[in-house]
Amino acid sequence: MLASIPSSRYFRGAYHAYVAAFFVYLAAPLTVVAVFAFNDSLFPAMPWKGATLGWFLGEKSPQLGIFHDTELLESILVSLQVAVCTTVVSLALATCNAFLFERHDFPGKNLLYVLMLTPLVIPGVILGVSVLVFSSSIANWVEETFSYDLEVLRPGLVLVVIGQFAFITTIATLVISARLRKFDVSLEEAALNLGASHFDVLRTITLPFLKPALVGAGIVSFLMSFENFNTTLMLVGSDAPLTIAMFDRLREGSTPVLNAVSLLLMAGSGGLAALSIFVRRKEN
Amino acid sequence: MKPQHFKFGLALLLTPILLWLTLLIALPHVDMALISLRERVSAGTYAFSWSNYTAFFTEPLYWRTFARTAVMSIMATALTLLIAFPISFYIAKVARGRLRPLLFLLCLVPFWVSELVRTYGWMILLRETGVLSSLLQWLGWVDGPVEMLYQDATIMVGLVYTSMLFMVVPLVSTLDSLDDSLIEAAYDLGAGHWRVMRDVVIPHAAPGIVSGCIVVFMLTLGNYLTPTLLGGKDSLWFTEQIYTQFITRFNWEQGSAFGILLLILSSLIVWIGLRLSRQSFTKVMS
Repeated sequence: MLASIPSSRYFRGAYHAYVAAFFVYLAAPLTVVAVFAFNDSLFPAMPWKGATLGWFLGEKSPQLGIFHDTELLESILVSLQVAVCTTVVSLALATCNAFLFERHDFPGKNLLYVLMLTPLVIPGVILGVSVLVFSSSIANWVEETFSYDLEVLRPGLVLVVIGQFAFITTIATLVISARLRKFDVSLEEAALNLGASHFDVLRTITLPFLKPALVGAGIVSFLMSFENFNTTLMLVGSDAPLTIAMFDRLREGSTPVLNAVSLLLMAGSGGLAALSIFVRRKEN
Repeated sequence: MKPQHFKFGLALLLTPILLWLTLLIALPHVDMALISLRERVSAGTYAFSWSNYTAFFTEPLYWRTFARTAVMSIMATALTLLIAFPISFYIAKVARGRLRPLLFLLCLVPFWVSELVRTYGWMILLRETGVLSSLLQWLGWVDGPVEMLYQDATIMVGLVYTSMLFMVVPLVSTLDSLDDSLIEAAYDLGAGHWRVMRDVVIPHAAPGIVSGCIVVFMLTLGNYLTPTLLGGKDSLWFTEQIYTQFITRFNWEQGSAFGILLLILSSLIVWIGLRLSRQSFTKVMS
């Protein structure tokens, strides 16, 4: 309870203990993943067999480290490519959407806004299969009519980007809209009165104001794409992004190389998180 | 701006969003619904049929998995709310000074990491040769190794863990906007802890509670990784059935029917939730 409200010592003690236990629960899985990346054993399990850097630097099987594991390294590259593409297209559409919803009034605006939010409540697997089904329908139709195989609409990286873009756009739109709402339109009007063109206004006033939100939305989109599993699983072809590659490894039986990858992921996303907090602080 | 100019700009902005919603959201789902309503007669020929839906209702494995997924998702949502509420209250109302942003940040950190890594962490903790099993043996509380994976309770731990952030964030932000003096006034007027919770705090936090519950429910219902990895072969999660129909058995007609059923279920439960709590979808989701 509030500090200003009297409550019994036992209640306070129990409450603090509960909060502490919660943070232990929160930290436990990540801590063990990080620690077992250094276990000199073929399995990420007890007992502890001494520390090693082999799961990072090891050059040959069975202790093949991440920096020499070409299969996993390639999947990281695939994930990066997918995430960059998804981020770019999502940001472009999200910026348009933000201007549309914040600056314009038109009949059916509310309905369109609700539709724009729906991807948030469609389970990822279903989003994936519906895109899969629809793109195959088109590809089959093209093949039957023109006897030409439209390769891009078959499972593969293009489809993965399309599927992720379908829902990441919504999240990016929400982030950018929130920032645009705070913008004082009279700044634009003043610039226009002083003779600036619409393009100049956009370039020198509006976009710089939106920059923190664009960076923030970009980071969120990138991370969501990088770690997406459900939608990707349904659309993936022969090139597997990292999450899919790790999932396949996990089903075959795990080795601490997965811990090493996970630790690198934690460091990477931790860095991005710090960057986004830094950007947000600048925004205020 | 001149009206002519304005209209052109509007059309320019409307085109991409309409293309996106039509081509990537609306039409794919319509197509999926159509495919779910057909049956393969012979190679290349299909006929209209309800058979994919009747198969769902006549095969106990299918509808039991469906019901099980729904019930476990509701339970996971309730449990997440129950665990997250005191934590959010602590962050928003009890913690002082620097501790507040720090604790909030600590809640966010695990969720910057991929869900796969989080689930994997639980596997290392809970498996037979895992950390917890070894700890219990070392303490002498159990005689041999204990297998904690592949049980419903384990799936629940993983699901709650995975969804925690999506409950804590909306709760903290709604609780943050509640003026402390309202709580103090309620105490001054003689209300006890529970009374203040019931009549002041919870009504104020209702939008946050609803939005948290909707997001957590959706994520749990559509989850694939956690039940598959923590539940093992017999985890029986409905998204797994969808995956099996599509990818393993290549029966897209049946898979589409499952997809539509899951979509109907999730929309229905979200709708009921909004109705019961009298919240609006646009307000809660943005």
